[in-house]
Amino acid sequence: MAFGLTRAVWNYRGFVVGSVKREFQTRYRNSLLGGAWMVLNPLAMIIVYTVIFSQLMKARLPGVDNGLAYGIYLCAGVLTWGFFSEILGRSQSVFLENANMIKKLSFPRICLPLIVVLNAGVNFAIIFALFLGFLAVTQNLPGWTLLGVVPVLLVQILFSIGLGIILGVLNVFFRDVGQFVGIFLQFWFWFTPIVYPLSILPEAVRPLVAWNPMTALISAYQTIFVYDRWPDWSSLWPVALAACVLCVLGMRLFRKRAGEMVDEL
Amino acid sequence: MGSVLVEGLGKAYKQYPNRWARLAEWIIPFSKPRHQLKWVLQQINFRIERGEALGIIGINGAGKSTLLKMITGTTQPTSGRIAIEGRVAALLELGMGFHGDFTGRQNVFMAGQLLGLGMEEIAGLMPAIESFAEIGDYMDQPVRTYSSGMQMRLAFSVATARRPDVLIVDEALSVGDAYFQHKSFDRIREFRKAGTTLLIVSHDRQAIQSICDRAILLDHGRLALEGAPEEVMDFYSAMLAEREQQTVRQERLDNGKVRTISGTGEAGFVDIALLNAQGQRVEVIETGAEVTLQVTVEAKVAVPRLVLGFMIKDRMGQAIYGINTHRLGRALERVEAGERVVYSFAFRAALGKGNYSIALSLSRFDSHLDTNYEWRDFALVFHVINIKQPDFVGCAWLDSNLTIERDATPELAAL
Repeated sequence: MAFGLTRAVWNYRGFVVGSVKREFQTRYRNSLLGGAWMVLNPLAMIIVYTVIFSQLMKARLPGVDNGLAYGIYLCAGVLTWGFFSEILGRSQSVFLENANMIKKLSFPRICLPLIVVLNAGVNFAIIFALFLGFLAVTQNLPGWTLLGVVPVLLVQILFSIGLGIILGVLNVFFRDVGQFVGIFLQFWFWFTPIVYPLSILPEAVRPLVAWNPMTALISAYQTIFVYDRWPDWSSLWPVALAACVLCVLGMRLFRKRAGEMVDEL
Repeated sequence: MGSVLVEGLGKAYKQYPNRWARLAEWIIPFSKPRHQLKWVLQQINFRIERGEALGIIGINGAGKSTLLKMITGTTQPTSGRIAIEGRVAALLELGMGFHGDFTGRQNVFMAGQLLGLGMEEIAGLMPAIESFAEIGDYMDQPVRTYSSGMQMRLAFSVATARRPDVLIVDEALSVGDAYFQHKSFDRIREFRKAGTTLLIVSHDRQAIQSICDRAILLDHGRLALEGAPEEVMDFYSAMLAEREQQTVRQERLDNGKVRTISGTGEAGFVDIALLNAQGQRVEVIETGAEVTLQVTVEAKVAVPRLVLGFMIKDRMGQAIYGINTHRLGRALERVEAGERVVYSFAFRAALGKGNYSIALSLSRFDSHLDTNYEWRDFALVFHVINIKQPDFVGCAWLDSNLTIERDATPELAAL
């Protein structure tokens, strides 16, 4: 089954890659600066988070003397969270947005969430490269621990795909899901130590926040970038497991409902 | 490769009494189904062999599109199965997936990718696609600047760039100018010769009868009739003709053809004859002969208006000539019950050799679709032979006049 799906996607790789490219082309097609916007937007974001927060507002991270530490802390969390929420937000509506195509053409439907993930991936790659560049320039680049980002990112992507497909399929049948996700993501963001360190939370709340799978992921990035240490692998295993379970559930739900989905759109 | 087998095919949509019922059905374990199935297609069985052409006929809502969507794989059947050997291409939603901001060339790549073709493959097919579409420099202009006909041309060229094993065509094909229509039909015929199996949905009698080997008629989601295109088409026309108080019956004639008779029966045919110049009934006539079609009609009850029409069809069922008394400005008003009317259409049989049939209709207005008293296919069959005229090709005797002018040869001029 899984093999058949992979093969179908492989046969349509041209369509997948083409769609990803096309999306970027469409976005900047009629602008003068074109592709430059792909860089300018995230660059502005990084500057806001680092220069303004660290230098002008003098926000400091407890226990670290580096003046840029808070900015780096913020970027490590916000950028990766952005990647997560982009996949989630777009995959929950991906089937609805492509309803026309789904109803009228025959192609492997699983390509659609894949396109979303690849698109978000490219966006993230750009902004992340800028972030690394910024770290290199300010001589804050972590050492070998940077490699720790790779497995953490993989777990995060898996987690978002699984959840995204589930939400995407559910949203076709229950449109409330889309509305709910929008609200839920906001709460989720503030419930994850991204703009604040975990230590400022009251003792009573901390175990609760630890149940949040995103806490483990975001903390891992923060550990790598701010403290230049390997992340706490033991906290990531449960998330990895959850990610796998979500993916399996998502694929099962998708397989079971893909046919009915076409009738519902 | 190219055979299509449809077995016990059915499609139903789930209908829930309210929005919450679906949720309840999903999350309450072992709960009984809370939906009702609305069947739009049921118990469809047919088989198409490699290289065969099948026409699918039916009124809107009969389930034609649903059937095609299931064959192309866009929707899943609720029951039964479809087995297709080979690659399927569908000309259903031409231009679907075209993006207005991109050039024709870029769109060809996208559309090709959506058909599962690789970049190199599309690049290889590009010259052929370009030359078939004949849209010239527009190929590198954004598609939003195209006329709808140009978009059609390009979409058709991409969809048929590679010969499929099974080709599914919707009547959408009648878009575009006459020139391109001919061209696209030629391509479809070429495919057929090369062994492509064809499925065509159309209301167009000409299209179905000229291409298809067989036809099926869908009615209310069921297969109502399967048979020769002409027979199915006749039944369909009769079915279309006003539905209330109508009888449709088909009789098998000696020559194996099926005669369809339908109508309210308020007025009917009493006698139908083809007469030669001497007033004798004939079945065989000479090309160019003066003949008269004499039709005796009787009104069973008083009818407010009576129009008689006849149509001569060739052996393939294609219309050669048809006219009615409404178009001739001679419709009869207020015909009394029991009144008999004798119509005589005199014409010159400018026809080529072969078998012809005459279909007759008695209706109130121009079209038999509105109050059809009686419609009769194969009301009369006759044969045309050609003895006196030069042996020509085709069914229309245009009797062309030939003049030839030749320059005097130089030698002769010199003399």
